[in-house]
Amino acid sequence: MGSITLEKVSKSFGTTAVIPEIDLEIVDGEFVVFVGPSGCGKSTLLRMIAGLEDLSGGRIIIDGKDMSSEAPAKRGLSMVFQSYALYPHMSVYGNIAFPLKMNGQDKAAIDKKVKDAAHILNLTNYLDRRPGQLSGGQRQRVAIGRAIVRQPKAFLFDEPLSNLDAALRGNMRLEISDLHHQLKTTMIYVTHDQVEAMTMADKIVVLNAGRIEQVGSPLDLYRSPRNVFVAGFIGSPRMNLIEGQEAAKHNAVTLGVRPEHVRISKTEGAWKGTVGVTEHLGSDTFIHVQVDGIGKITVRTDGDFSTDFGQQVFLTPEPARLHRFDANGQAI
Amino acid sequence: MATLQTRATARLMMSPAVILLFLWMIVPLVMTLYFSFLRYNLLMPGTEEFIGFLNYQYFLTDPAFFTALGNTLMLVGGTLLITVIGGILLAIVLDQPFWGQGIVRLLVIAPFFVMPTVSALVWKNMLMHPVNGLFAWIARSFGFQPIDWFAQLPLFSIILIVAWQWLPFATLILLTALQSLDGEQIEAAEMDGAGALSRFYYLVLPHMSRAITVVILIQTIFLLSVFAEILVTTNGGPGLQTTNITYLIYAQALLQFDVGGASAGGIVAVILANIVAFFLIRLIGKNLER
Repeated sequence: MGSITLEKVSKSFGTTAVIPEIDLEIVDGEFVVFVGPSGCGKSTLLRMIAGLEDLSGGRIIIDGKDMSSEAPAKRGLSMVFQSYALYPHMSVYGNIAFPLKMNGQDKAAIDKKVKDAAHILNLTNYLDRRPGQLSGGQRQRVAIGRAIVRQPKAFLFDEPLSNLDAALRGNMRLEISDLHHQLKTTMIYVTHDQVEAMTMADKIVVLNAGRIEQVGSPLDLYRSPRNVFVAGFIGSPRMNLIEGQEAAKHNAVTLGVRPEHVRISKTEGAWKGTVGVTEHLGSDTFIHVQVDGIGKITVRTDGDFSTDFGQQVFLTPEPARLHRFDANGQAI
Repeated sequence: MATLQTRATARLMMSPAVILLFLWMIVPLVMTLYFSFLRYNLLMPGTEEFIGFLNYQYFLTDPAFFTALGNTLMLVGGTLLITVIGGILLAIVLDQPFWGQGIVRLLVIAPFFVMPTVSALVWKNMLMHPVNGLFAWIARSFGFQPIDWFAQLPLFSIILIVAWQWLPFATLILLTALQSLDGEQIEAAEMDGAGALSRFYYLVLPHMSRAITVVILIQTIFLLSVFAEILVTTNGGPGLQTTNITYLIYAQALLQFDVGGASAGGIVAVILANIVAFFLIRLIGKNLER
């Protein structure tokens, strides 16, 4: 079991409020991702749930029990840190066994659990190595191993993939998702990378300056962002945000359209523009078009479409996929 | 560019310094070695002659030698024990954030800047003096008989003084080691359910082991040759209770005027220091490699 409820949780350092009151419900077995730009308070929020930061106000309820002022070890949560925080002078075995040893379990039980965890994470051949002798991905797995042997109510991940290179990050993303399906334990995952959020989450919590902007499934956020911030943050490449006359035509202050929802043609369309930089990804092509009277619009089209720099093109947004926002940035 | 010419030039440029340092080391060593094989007493000038290993035989069979050797080891060991344990505790205290941290750190480091003779005199006359000393006053104000430190616990008194001087050094090195400990590791251990003592034993101590090694190594080198503190307080007494090897050699040369015997003692001290260094490096080298 691992349901976590935040009730009016807030945090301030001195007079600056980092997190003004947050309410959030996390259901047992859910994979929740906190996503937001750096400095938005997502790591602080995670550390508050872990018990590494004190609350300035509010309550944290884990499995129906108020854990707001309980010590980190008593909350039954495991955390994977950004720097992995492995113990450098202990072997991989020692690292994974450490929480069990601290728990006072007997040697045989520890041995079995460590071997099981090592088996799940493909670390069996590395149990005698020290963290310094492992690659980044292996260290990451040791950190996860140390977290799973405790059989916690929930896992907390603090930007665990940000120190890995792109290829490895993709692999580890899959491995963590796999692990979630195997263990079916609640996971809270903090990241600034919206791709990680979109691909892994059951539920995304978008944070900005300590406030929750929107909570929802990845596709919810993609299809109906509640405000300009979420619209601009979720989706890659970023949604085109248009202001001024063109937006006013649609009775909005800001008009949003995703690059994949703009059709491009060399002969006819609603907006006329000139092609700037073109990025060929093979499967897709991103074309940055300077549209007269509107500004820069990014278009996503299939990989075979070819244009030249400075060529004239016409763009047509799909009317059903337009997002309209009012003066406060809220969706209409 | 490490071409042949630049390497040759580099050697040429370096040679004056290297030669000077080499002479600085080799001339006294060879002279000491030479004197150690002579009958050379300042009270009987003109009778110098080669006597083989006789000086060594006298020095090594002197009962004072073994007492001095024991005292030297006690002095080094006792001081290391106090400074390493005290240094770890002080470093942990100083690592905590508290008001006036900067000034307190400065005060802790201060004893290191006091020269040995002065600090020994301060301890002798202002702290440990059985009549005027602070310790005696404290003992009397609680109704106890004051301790006559240098008569009753002479070697321990010397150890205390030397430890007081070296505690700042140990604290400083260990504090820097402590500050380089990754905060996330401690937090991870906290989440793993390790209490303060387990965190110290499993994380802090192993992290500091290299620094502790350095402290032991450097201090041993200096503590083998403690001299000023003994000269200004006990003069090696009462009897031989505070005479270490260094002081014994001094007494041989400048109190008994036996330069030959003192030189033999000097060579013995060099050999002993090398034996200690050999075991220390072997013991500790493993630790440093990691």
